[in-house]
Amino acid sequence: MWRIASVTAAVALALAACAPRGQPERLGGTVSVLAVWGGEELESFRAMLQPFEERTGVTVEYEGTRDLNAVLTTRVQAGNPPDVAVLPGPGQLAEFARQGHLVPLDDVVDAERMRQEYAQTWLDLGTVDGRLYGVFVKTSLKGLVWYNRPAFEAAGYTVPQTWDDLMRLTERIAADGRTPWCVGLESGSASGWPATDWIEVLLLKAAGPEVYDRWYRHEISWEDSAVRQAWERFAQVVGEPRYVYGGRQGVLATNFAQAAFPLFSDPPGCYLHHQATFIQDFIQQQFPNLRPGEDFDFFPFPAVDARYQNAVVAAGDLVGVFRDTPQARALVRYLASAEAQAVWVRRGGALSPNRQVSLDGYPDPLNRRAAEVLRSAEVARFDASDLMPEAVNSAFWRATLDFVQEPRRLGALLARLERVAREAYR
Amino acid sequence: MERWLLVGLAAAGAPAVCAAYVVAAEAGLRRMPPRWRQAARPWVWLLPAAALLGVFLVYPTLGTLVYSFRDASGERWVGLQNYLQLLSDREVQVAVRNNLIWLAGLAGVVVLLGFVLAVLLERVPYAPVAKAILFLPMALSFTAAAVIWRFVYEYRPAGTAQVGLLNALLTHTLPGFQPRAWLVHAPGNTLLLVAAGVWVWTGFATVVFSAALKTVPQEVVEAARVDGAGELRVLWNVVAPLLAPVTAVVATTMVITSLKVFDLVYVMTNGNYGTEVLANRMYKELFNVRHLGRASALAVVLLLCTLPAMAANLRRFLGEAGR
Repeated sequence: MWRIASVTAAVALALAACAPRGQPERLGGTVSVLAVWGGEELESFRAMLQPFEERTGVTVEYEGTRDLNAVLTTRVQAGNPPDVAVLPGPGQLAEFARQGHLVPLDDVVDAERMRQEYAQTWLDLGTVDGRLYGVFVKTSLKGLVWYNRPAFEAAGYTVPQTWDDLMRLTERIAADGRTPWCVGLESGSASGWPATDWIEVLLLKAAGPEVYDRWYRHEISWEDSAVRQAWERFAQVVGEPRYVYGGRQGVLATNFAQAAFPLFSDPPGCYLHHQATFIQDFIQQQFPNLRPGEDFDFFPFPAVDARYQNAVVAAGDLVGVFRDTPQARALVRYLASAEAQAVWVRRGGALSPNRQVSLDGYPDPLNRRAAEVLRSAEVARFDASDLMPEAVNSAFWRATLDFVQEPRRLGALLARLERVAREAYR
Repeated sequence: MERWLLVGLAAAGAPAVCAAYVVAAEAGLRRMPPRWRQAARPWVWLLPAAALLGVFLVYPTLGTLVYSFRDASGERWVGLQNYLQLLSDREVQVAVRNNLIWLAGLAGVVVLLGFVLAVLLERVPYAPVAKAILFLPMALSFTAAAVIWRFVYEYRPAGTAQVGLLNALLTHTLPGFQPRAWLVHAPGNTLLLVAAGVWVWTGFATVVFSAALKTVPQEVVEAARVDGAGELRVLWNVVAPLLAPVTAVVATTMVITSLKVFDLVYVMTNGNYGTEVLANRMYKELFNVRHLGRASALAVVLLLCTLPAMAANLRRFLGEAGR
């Protein structure tokens, strides 16, 4: 009997060896995945998983939660983590990795291939203390200003090249008796995060990547003049009730997902909206007839200092392994591949960090241009707040809300953030 | 597959274990001398419940107490540091103030409103329907209620269609009223959150008070009326004192509810704009800051706050049992 078994095994091995490169053998079994996605995003993720499930016979058991942090922390501490989790930023990845909860991926993925297919930035962001723990599945480009192209052009406005141009444009729109900006900071228990994006892009494009890095690593104080200036520039927009749709309380009470919609009312409620690439999905869901690139468009947030014209802020979701199973390994290998990522790219709403994914695979000119901007950026930096310890990140969110309510409290707010940071970075 | 096996095992296993315990315990008791048997029996019967309470309630509570004197990861002793830090934190002070507002607002209004509604509903023929409607929000989770009330307080800039009920009502009825982002402006926003809590809990209080009203002996009320007491006087000097035990139970429930309020605040404002409460703060310390020590200290503070209410209730229960 053992002979038959061993022969079968040998045949199976031989067959597996014959399988083309990159084709995982039929594994079967299950792998559990925890992520924040729901709705449209979940459908795209499912579409991405389908070829994997068909080929390997592995069933992916997906669990979605908007409160990933709490759920994941609880499950990890209870000794019942998911096999695989998709984390929204390297900050949390590093925390889990340093606590020893994550499995290093150096021998899971093909390191040589990763270096060929991924920009070094993305690999570095997934690396903690010299070992790779996270692989980016999808990314987004931040720091874009969206506008209603026909209305914008009909009013005779032009795309600004510098921050000063942008503020002049803002004043001109207001002088025309219109409202320049739509800003919406409400996002449930994460309210305030869209404002952190403002401050990040303003800091990067005024003080440059070195200062930016030192800021999120807390090597400079929150009370540093570069940081303070970024907040003050943000206040030049949100602190002036004429400049924002609905005034300050509109900024605070408007949900980020709906904030862009007044761009398209008639007459437009506002003319400019700062948000990442993902907002395109929300716009197209709400107004299915709008043609991307023609009816609405974006321009990169203009530089405060011309040297940093080509610096961009990006964000992304990383997949990490909490339980080392063959299924989890196979899934991560698959999710890192261009084949998998092209699926989501084609459906829209994601930029792939994998360079093998063709630009032609993007569904519309806006997605394609965003992907090009991201690929050709001279300097790319990750969303700083997502790189900070969770305690600082949530204090940052709240501080932006208090700031919009009372901009003159800036000194006290920054001092408080500095206190939180001193404790959190120890 | 494995999971279903486990479910089946638990479903069949739990009753089996219970039955086995009963049989074994009685068999053991029968072998004892009769004198001991009498003394031992209550303890044998209490043991499973006591053990469960010990494992799932007493042990975690003591654990929390221990952790409240340790550092962020629960490894080193730090003495009273966590408590001192919390005392000097401005946001915690705001949270304490807001919990007091919740206490006065939720407990006070719910008891009063529940009592008044119960008395009034006694006198109308459609009481059952009204009570059912009032009780309906109790069937909702606090989270669902919070989502509903967020819609009520929803703000849209002036000149656009007001989606929020409150702003829509006010802009339609009061000429020149400017829509307001209700949840953003302190200090009124905490009261608006309390209002959502009142909406959820009033039905509970009303139903409990109505049931209690039915136990008030009619002869006593009649006697008071014959003696010339007016309706209000009857209510205040006869009915209310008779309902005192029920009032105490409702009040205790509401006091504890308002001290541990979390979901409504978390969903509606997440404690922003000066609406922080202790339980939400504890959640943040645990899941955002990951400071086990301070989170435990907050839990202990909350427990200590509820103790007087529980003690008063316990004394009353014991008093009634002894009567």
